[in-house]
Amino acid sequence: MGQRTPLYDLHLALGAKMVDFGGWDMPLHYGSQVEEHHQVRRDCGVFDVSHMTVIDVQGAQAEVWLQHLLANDVGRLNEPGKALYSTMLDEQGLVIDDMIVYRCEEGYRLVVNASTRDKDMAWLDACKGSYEVELHERPELAILAIQGPEARAKVAELVSAARSTLIRDLKPFEGRAEGDWFIARTGYTGEDGLEIILPALQAPAFFNDLVGAGIAPSGLGARDTLRLEAGMNLYGQDIDQAHTPLTSNLGWSIAWEPAGRDFIGRNGLLAEIEHGVEQKLVGLVLEERGVLRAHQVVRVNGIGEGEITSGSFSPTLSKSIALARVPMATADRAEVEIRGKWYPVRVVKPTFVRHGKILI
Amino acid sequence: MSNIPADLRFAESHEWAKLEADGSVTVGISDHAQEALGDVVFVELAEIGKVFAAGDAAGVVESVKAASDIYAPVSGEVIAVNEALADSPESLNSDPYGSWIFKLKPSDKAELDKLLDAAGYKAAIGE
Repeated sequence: MGQRTPLYDLHLALGAKMVDFGGWDMPLHYGSQVEEHHQVRRDCGVFDVSHMTVIDVQGAQAEVWLQHLLANDVGRLNEPGKALYSTMLDEQGLVIDDMIVYRCEEGYRLVVNASTRDKDMAWLDACKGSYEVELHERPELAILAIQGPEARAKVAELVSAARSTLIRDLKPFEGRAEGDWFIARTGYTGEDGLEIILPALQAPAFFNDLVGAGIAPSGLGARDTLRLEAGMNLYGQDIDQAHTPLTSNLGWSIAWEPAGRDFIGRNGLLAEIEHGVEQKLVGLVLEERGVLRAHQVVRVNGIGEGEITSGSFSPTLSKSIALARVPMATADRAEVEIRGKWYPVRVVKPTFVRHGKILI
Repeated sequence: MSNIPADLRFAESHEWAKLEADGSVTVGISDHAQEALGDVVFVELAEIGKVFAAGDAAGVVESVKAASDIYAPVSGEVIAVNEALADSPESLNSDPYGSWIFKLKPSDKAELDKLLDAAGYKAAIGE
């Protein structure tokens, strides 16, 4: 038996098919993952993501420590309420994990992956050194992601006046506390929406309210196809500790300036650039019928080979799409081997769908 | 509980087989199988004329989640494939016993008796 979120019993009552995800028993879908996917793109859906790890970082040196720890620069969060995406690298520049960092009234809140929790905590502890920081893991909190074009309007109707005002006022990539809730306008679907971090004891009643208001409970299956269409990496598939952000379409998330900021992995990344970055993470589109899957081989004529890191059927495009790590010189065509046969694929920027619009 | 029609035979690999009046055998996947696969998005069909032994991989059903081989429940030659699945693969989810995948001309009808009946299949899937 895996670990359970506070919503486990409710998922079963709603008819969820449960699967193991990083040691957690999580809902894969509640009937049809394709239908849940469409609901989020057209309207909204709610995901239980309480398996993710919340870590609060406080102390006099919280900022300087995170500026040393992370490849993105929390110094850019110039006021409480702002958030950013960052990778956390080892000395060689390889990705230990990726996360969202929120700047709070006091200190910072990190939300990291569930499957990497143990190694993250060990790394954070090891990097603390003599810095004046305190880390507080918050397992008593649940996280609900309500995602889709109607998400904010629908949630605003179900909560207190103060929370409703906050939900209306939040700009993209902002998050603030209201009472014992933390409400952020962030997500992992490529749609507008919210991520709400709240006490576990309150989570089942709130999830029930959301479902009662017609917001579709949605599982990890839809979450995976939504994030893939949005071109967002999944740790353990598209990014891992064998690759750097430079070969993971995450160069944008490295803050090189100020040049004097000595973040862990900087020298490793500079060495990779010096040597020449050899691979890149791209999007693939299969025009023929079939489904691209992780680990299928990608062949680029005259250039070399690569590998699909995530592949699936895209419900929005009604065709198969993938993320793949390929040789840097790859242009706009490649081939993928599916069960011994080579299929032509289009190579695209790995953002397939954003805000309901097809971009490729 | 899944739907298991009493007039069909089943392979342990979750195909159903139906002996037709003309002596051909129609093959599809069980309700239990479609439920386990989740949303079906693509079916790779065998070529007509191909000859399979019982247990040979005779096509692939791809759901959003994964690809699964479908096996010939009995030996024989493929005499028809359900081309309608190209445009509506999801009919394997909505109507698993109405949506056939291929038809075989069996080389030995007695092989059908080796397949599970409804009660046997029910037991095999633990229902």
